[in-house]
Amino acid sequence: MIAKRIVPCLDVKDGRVVKGVNFQGLADVSSPVELARYYSACGADELVFYDITASAEGRALFTDILTATASTVFIPLTVGGGISTLEDFDRVLKCGADKVSVNSGALRDPSLIRRAAQRYGDQCVVLSVDAKRVEGRFRVFAKGGREDTGLDAIQWIRSGVASGAGEIVLNSIDTDGVKRGFDLEMLQAVCEVVDVPVIASGGAGRIQDFTELFQALPKVDAGLAASIFHFGEVKIPDLKRALAAEGIPTRL
Amino acid sequence: MLAIVDYGVGNLFSLTCSLRAIGVEAVVTGEEETLDQADRILLPGVGAFGDAAQALRTSGLDRVVLREAEAGKPLLGICLGMQLLFDYSTEYGRHDGLGLIPGSVQPIRPMIPEGHKVPHMGWNGLHFPKDRPVSPLFRRIEEGDCVYFVHSYAGVDCGAHTIATAEYGPELTAAVARDNVYGVQFHPEKSGQVGLDILRAFCEL
Repeated sequence: MIAKRIVPCLDVKDGRVVKGVNFQGLADVSSPVELARYYSACGADELVFYDITASAEGRALFTDILTATASTVFIPLTVGGGISTLEDFDRVLKCGADKVSVNSGALRDPSLIRRAAQRYGDQCVVLSVDAKRVEGRFRVFAKGGREDTGLDAIQWIRSGVASGAGEIVLNSIDTDGVKRGFDLEMLQAVCEVVDVPVIASGGAGRIQDFTELFQALPKVDAGLAASIFHFGEVKIPDLKRALAAEGIPTRL
Repeated sequence: MLAIVDYGVGNLFSLTCSLRAIGVEAVVTGEEETLDQADRILLPGVGAFGDAAQALRTSGLDRVVLREAEAGKPLLGICLGMQLLFDYSTEYGRHDGLGLIPGSVQPIRPMIPEGHKVPHMGWNGLHFPKDRPVSPLFRRIEEGDCVYFVHSYAGVDCGAHTIATAEYGPELTAAVARDNVYGVQFHPEKSGQVGLDILRAFCEL
């Protein structure tokens, strides 16, 4: 049986992990390579590297870091942030990424999903969606959650999968940062319309939030979080033991 | 020296890095002479079976791989490279493989229960057949250890050549072996320490 995946997300800017990392025992807490190695050793099932750099220099630095990480960390790597063209796909895949996540780039040009899926395969294309409740509907937001696109999230995700997206990362803006659990309602609405893996993001604050997620929604494949892992509020080995104790398929 | 067959299919970055991590220098090569000199061979592959089989044939490397395998050199096919070891595949029409492992490669959709997603993607535990000794490829790992899969087709009818399966509704073929020829459906280069231990065991054969 496929194990439920636990996925730490690293935001990288100018070659460093941002959003605050607070770890003991790591020589350089903001080195993405060191942090990735640490998470891999802790039992993370996959890593997401999110490039929030704007400058060309920062972008070059990001690919260097990706290469260095993929040279020493042998678990699947997903890369996102600023992916707008097939050249962007090419650039990160050559550096050792296994999957590429698109968000704003696909909103600007929805054909990106189909073109990338045709060239690299569906399993390589991850559609990342920031969604929020507006007037009782789930709406897609762009620009890191600042701009309402007016698009219905369920329809956008459905059309993305039809175009070839092989996986969905659903980040609920409503629960993000609140640390009171994943947005089960929004996740369920998405799980009902797609048959590709769904990664839950936004809202995890404690171990029970993950057990609740996988018990309430067996169709969700993975739970993603950032700061609770970075700050050691949830330790991955403890989390995985707790999942296993609840009978949730886990890679120990 | 370990040689990775380069026939223009797939990205070999992670594979070479994982071998370096276990202290094995690998040469990525499409040269007959280098493959001939190597003491073991890795056959990688991603994408569609037909395209890969065609690329292997066009480069003439199918002949070299077959000759080296028949001469007794350890050969490991990974993912699509494993599927290429079979007699044939039905992915987008019927395409012949190398015929080193008896059986064929078929879509997993009709094999698995409704609601199970395709591709079979993610970490899944390896099960070893109960009626035979554990393959030397797995001598450094344990039954149930998880490895990383991404595939929509699987080898079938390989009978006693199956050395590991993974449960996805039914048990899907996860690894095969016949004498010195080995194949793994999963990606050892993406399977953490367990994957490295499998690669190490192959390098010790």
